[in-house]
Amino acid sequence: MHFTKDHEWVRLEGDVATVGITAHAAHQLGDVVFVEVPEAGKTVGKGDSFAVVESVKAASDVYAPVSGEVIEGNATLATVPETVNADAEGEGWFAKIRVSDASAIDGLMDRAAYDAYLASL
Amino acid sequence: MTDETLKTTVLNAAHRALGARMVGFGGYDMPVQYEGVLAEHRWTREHAGLFDVSHMGQCKITGADAIDQFQRFVPGDYHALKAGKQKYSLLLNEQGGIIDDLMAGKPDHDGLFVVVNAGNKDEDFAFWSERLSGDAKLTVLDDRALIAIQGPEAAEVMIAHEPVLAEFGFMDCARLMLFGVDCYVSRSGYTGEDGYEISVPAADAERVWNLLLEDARVKPIGLGARDSLRLEAGLPLHGDDIDPTTSPVEGALTFALSKSRKEAADFNGAERILKELADGPSRLRVGLSVKEGAPAREGAEIADVDGNVIGKVTSGGPSPTLGRNIAMGYVPPSHAALGTDLKVIVRGKAAAAEVIDMPFVAQRYYRKPKA
Repeated sequence: MHFTKDHEWVRLEGDVATVGITAHAAHQLGDVVFVEVPEAGKTVGKGDSFAVVESVKAASDVYAPVSGEVIEGNATLATVPETVNADAEGEGWFAKIRVSDASAIDGLMDRAAYDAYLASL
Repeated sequence: MTDETLKTTVLNAAHRALGARMVGFGGYDMPVQYEGVLAEHRWTREHAGLFDVSHMGQCKITGADAIDQFQRFVPGDYHALKAGKQKYSLLLNEQGGIIDDLMAGKPDHDGLFVVVNAGNKDEDFAFWSERLSGDAKLTVLDDRALIAIQGPEAAEVMIAHEPVLAEFGFMDCARLMLFGVDCYVSRSGYTGEDGYEISVPAADAERVWNLLLEDARVKPIGLGARDSLRLEAGLPLHGDDIDPTTSPVEGALTFALSKSRKEAADFNGAERILKELADGPSRLRVGLSVKEGAPAREGAEIADVDGNVIGKVTSGGPSPTLGRNIAMGYVPPSHAALGTDLKVIVRGKAAAAEVIDMPFVAQRYYRKPKA
């Protein structure tokens, strides 16, 4: 699993990246009450706002950590948004993206680097 | 704003000791949440929530001319207000716009005790300093903290400390010895629940705060839940839902206009306000049920069913009690009737909404049985 400084995670299997927000981000947001995930077929560029997560207090953009075509948005989050709080780095994934370039995750942090980054905040 | 420029309340260390997440609000470093907004919201609706609202402004306006002078700028009848009662009112500019909303009462025989919003207090105090004349005198009580206890168990908790508080009905207030110190207390609040607001000397605030938290029915509640509670209660937030351009008629706050004062028409902005009462305002604050999609928050556009933009949401979000999204905002009176179908536009998507009555969640203020 790889991580961005914006607190997204990516798990790349073949050319499909599963992406979500980190447990740290979910904790910071507090109670998640609404998630808007992208629909299949949408093309996203690295750094684009591709999803929105809302806590009781505020809406936050989620930025695509990789470029590619969305092949699935996590429909569960529409009805059970609190999954993001319960299992941010598992069942709380946001979308699966077919990456156009597998080197997309080069330059992202691994777990140890992300933990060190969190400790530095 | 950086943390260095934020002011602190005397309870700042107590919040940090409780693990609160702190944010800047109204120029103060305040707790937005402790364990989580939803849990705190629900705790307040079911038990008793403790709030630090010491960032708000407290003052007294005293002197033989106090009420006459105060009333030049507010539309409530404070001559008619009985001792031991308080009343919600609005500080108005000459155009009838709302400079601030406030609570003013007669807890003792020494003029009015007034509580104003944090973000507006310096402006309010300057306003009065410049304009109060005759024998009226403003005294800012910046050596006091303000603690609110709210929820269905709040009264039991407080009555255990001071039995006389059982005699209080909604909006009753007094100056009395509480927790061994000189306090101003009123049975009121900003959550729609029964509860009390207690002004305590700053030096005693932490002791009182911790003493109240010793009761298992009481938990500390942050500003996050304070905001979702007041939204459910249909109460406006100054700066968002009402501001110096908004009249009391537009803001759906005509209950704050006393009949005698309307007849006398002797307060700031009376001309505009009376005209709007007679002819109707050009816009009106309404409650909205957002029937689908994302929460509609401040700034979201409100459109008619044909998609024509007719207004804006001024505050909104999920209602933890109702389990759906609610909002308040301004629309023309032609679209303000209960049951009117509208749309709210969130991130470019239009979602169905309907004008519904406020409060969204029934208020549970304690009213004394008639003797």
